[in-house]
Amino acid sequence: MKLTINGKEHTVADSESATPLLWVLRDHLGLVGAKYGCGVAQCGACTVHLNGTPVRSCVTPAAAAAGKAITTIEGLGNAKGQLHVLQEVWIEQDVAQCGYCQAGQIMSAAALLKQNPKPTDADIDSALSGNLCRCGTYIRIRKAIHTAAARLNGGTAV
Amino acid sequence: MRISPDGTILIYSKGPEIGQGIKTAFPLIIAEELDADWTQVHVQQAAINPVVYGRQSAGGSRSIPASWDQLRTAGAAARSMLIAAAAREWRVPVEQCQAEKSIVIHPGSGRQLSYGALAEKAATLPVPDEKSLRLKERKDYKLLGTRVSGVDNRAIVTGQPLFGIDQVLPNMRYAIFEKCPAVGGKVKSANLDEIKKLPGILDAFVIQGTGKVNEVMPGVAIIANSTWAAFSAKRALKITWDETAASTDSWSDWIAQAQELSRKEGSTSLLSTGDFNKAAADAKFVEGYYRYPFVAHAPLEPQNCTAWFHDGVIELWAPTQTPEAGLAAVAGVLGMPQEKVVVHQVRAGGGFGRRLINDFMCEAAAIARQVGTPIKLTWTREDDQLHDFYRVGGFHAFKGAIDKSGKLVGWSDHFITFTADGQQPTSGGDLRPDEFPAQLLPHVHLTQTMLSLKTPTGPWRAPRSCSIAFAIQSFIHECAIVAGRDHLEFLLEIFGEPRWLKEGDPYALNTARAAAVIKLAAKQAGWGKALPKGRGLGLAFHFSHAGHFAQVAEVSVDANKKLRVHKVTVAGDIGPIINLSGAENQVEGCVIDGFSTALGLELDIKNGRIQQTNFDSYPLLRIAHAPEVAVHFIQSDYTPTGVGEPAFPPVAPAICNAIYNATGHRVRSLPLSGEGFNV
Repeated sequence: MKLTINGKEHTVADSESATPLLWVLRDHLGLVGAKYGCGVAQCGACTVHLNGTPVRSCVTPAAAAAGKAITTIEGLGNAKGQLHVLQEVWIEQDVAQCGYCQAGQIMSAAALLKQNPKPTDADIDSALSGNLCRCGTYIRIRKAIHTAAARLNGGTAV
Repeated sequence: MRISPDGTILIYSKGPEIGQGIKTAFPLIIAEELDADWTQVHVQQAAINPVVYGRQSAGGSRSIPASWDQLRTAGAAARSMLIAAAAREWRVPVEQCQAEKSIVIHPGSGRQLSYGALAEKAATLPVPDEKSLRLKERKDYKLLGTRVSGVDNRAIVTGQPLFGIDQVLPNMRYAIFEKCPAVGGKVKSANLDEIKKLPGILDAFVIQGTGKVNEVMPGVAIIANSTWAAFSAKRALKITWDETAASTDSWSDWIAQAQELSRKEGSTSLLSTGDFNKAAADAKFVEGYYRYPFVAHAPLEPQNCTAWFHDGVIELWAPTQTPEAGLAAVAGVLGMPQEKVVVHQVRAGGGFGRRLINDFMCEAAAIARQVGTPIKLTWTREDDQLHDFYRVGGFHAFKGAIDKSGKLVGWSDHFITFTADGQQPTSGGDLRPDEFPAQLLPHVHLTQTMLSLKTPTGPWRAPRSCSIAFAIQSFIHECAIVAGRDHLEFLLEIFGEPRWLKEGDPYALNTARAAAVIKLAAKQAGWGKALPKGRGLGLAFHFSHAGHFAQVAEVSVDANKKLRVHKVTVAGDIGPIINLSGAENQVEGCVIDGFSTALGLELDIKNGRIQQTNFDSYPLLRIAHAPEVAVHFIQSDYTPTGVGEPAFPPVAPAICNAIYNATGHRVRSLPLSGEGFNV
């Protein structure tokens, strides 16, 4: 089974085809940015993109990702090592507390901004409804997404 | 700390980082007194070595107050040595030199030397006597009190391995450990032969454990070549439990028993001052019976630990709040000297008190010794919910007495709580005689009855206060309503004259600081403003963990009990602020956690088994329902204290009091979802 992750092709044993993508990433490929939180698509800590669409990798069999472009938090920035604007704003605005959910939050936010460059609060609430933050950083997450959107649209940062 | 010739400064942060921001706050304190250029500072978590570092644990919001002087002194001592090195180089008195942003300056001659250039010489000078050091005054701070982004933020947002669960060692195996869902159950038999035949499974075996819930309970370990193989095998595991000594606890039975008991006084007296019955006879009399549930900590990173037993030594990588205690516990369980146990600190994905207890470390150690290769034990979410040390539920039968002038003069509480040993209240389930407002009123009668339990309980964010504040601060509002008084005025009156109940003790209530935060929260929230029907403001105060916090919630409730918390205005006094961004983040988080817990979190216990095993039935608050939070700090000159906990307790009562003011419905039992409220 071949998986294309962050633009790079990886070969994974066919016996792992039913294994959730999350565990292939974490245990087989050493990409630990996607996190295990619930195993039942309730918390969103494991969010990655398949062809640009956010999915919960804890309930996505690896085989279902074969032939698709898989993007994880490790590959969200560009090839030159530059951070995605969301990652920059997340650092500037000190969004995280424990930080465990934040990769998943950012992946959901990145997918949102791609298809909706000027999201409202309601758009953000809807796109991130599947991502829990136990520390309660939701206020900062919302503000950071607005700031990133403004920056992407050439506006000034909030 | 290490200062390199290139000017970079490596500061070891001594305590566990669990999301409270201490890995940034500790080095910031050192850097302030060091006059370091913060952009040159790098931070690593320290090795566990109490001889060098002193206290190395995270709990009770005590990290800052317990380490404030030690860290300031360390920074000031290093600065003094750097200045001394420069003065020696220039052959001028040290008094003529000053430091700024990692540079020592001699203003008289305009000469400068960087810390990097001075470090090697400074390191050879004697460490100055602590008493000779002059620490900065607050007005001179350049870093403290500003907003500083967390030192791990870049690694967090790029998905670098930071957390316990991210640890990997060469030749590492993956482990799960299955215990009886009713605490106290022992393994009678298990289908180990079948499990060992499953793909990716290397071994499966019974561990009898120590039988202590904070160490290792009986269970079955499965060793696999991946986490998923271990999790899959866990589902196929069939264990027959001997439940002779297992818990049969039942939340619904306790609710019924407590209801019955609440009609009488408690069997034990906790505090009796003045004459409550006489006061009540001459006064308006108020009664209210309150209840709050058991809840789980549910940190988003489940319990896990990586352990490697080799060469007579055991090494552990553990997301724990108490690495020293964990080290001692592992040594005890394995029967090894403490010198042979090495604990490495790793970032923890949330703590909330769960990781004060190191059962997961002891389990990993026991498994690792048996396996011989490094193992990573990972609990499933279900394991984490089933095997927590829960926030204990409780019941309060209150009576209040209001005199003819409308003043609260008498307070009575029959507190119904739980005991595991038949002697003492279980962890988190004690009512202290000095709990507000008992110590401020003339006629007080506090009694207690304890129900037996086997369900493990433990400290949960702002232990005791996190639950008791809901009951107490709601009932004070009830008394204000019966007195026909404004809640703000009624509450302020309880504090009386400005005084510190125990001069010099930050853990004692200071009525001046209390009144100040209450007034500030009320003013900032527009207390008394006109609101449309169905909308209300609610006020609550609580003092815990050395923090004085008042909050005003603004809510609206429609005819279908659809609740919206629009805004929570917080005023707090924890002394000077270390990292303003971190402190504000903690308060915002406390408010969201407080609302989340009050709204929908409750554990049902049936036949000793927790019923809510994942987030589908244990609904943490989601982003759409997060209220706006306005944070106002009174930056006083008292010793700085912690902020991870004390902003939590007033949240639930402020919201519930606002619901009353919006609707006339008094919430006497949590969670709100159980009372029919929804978002």
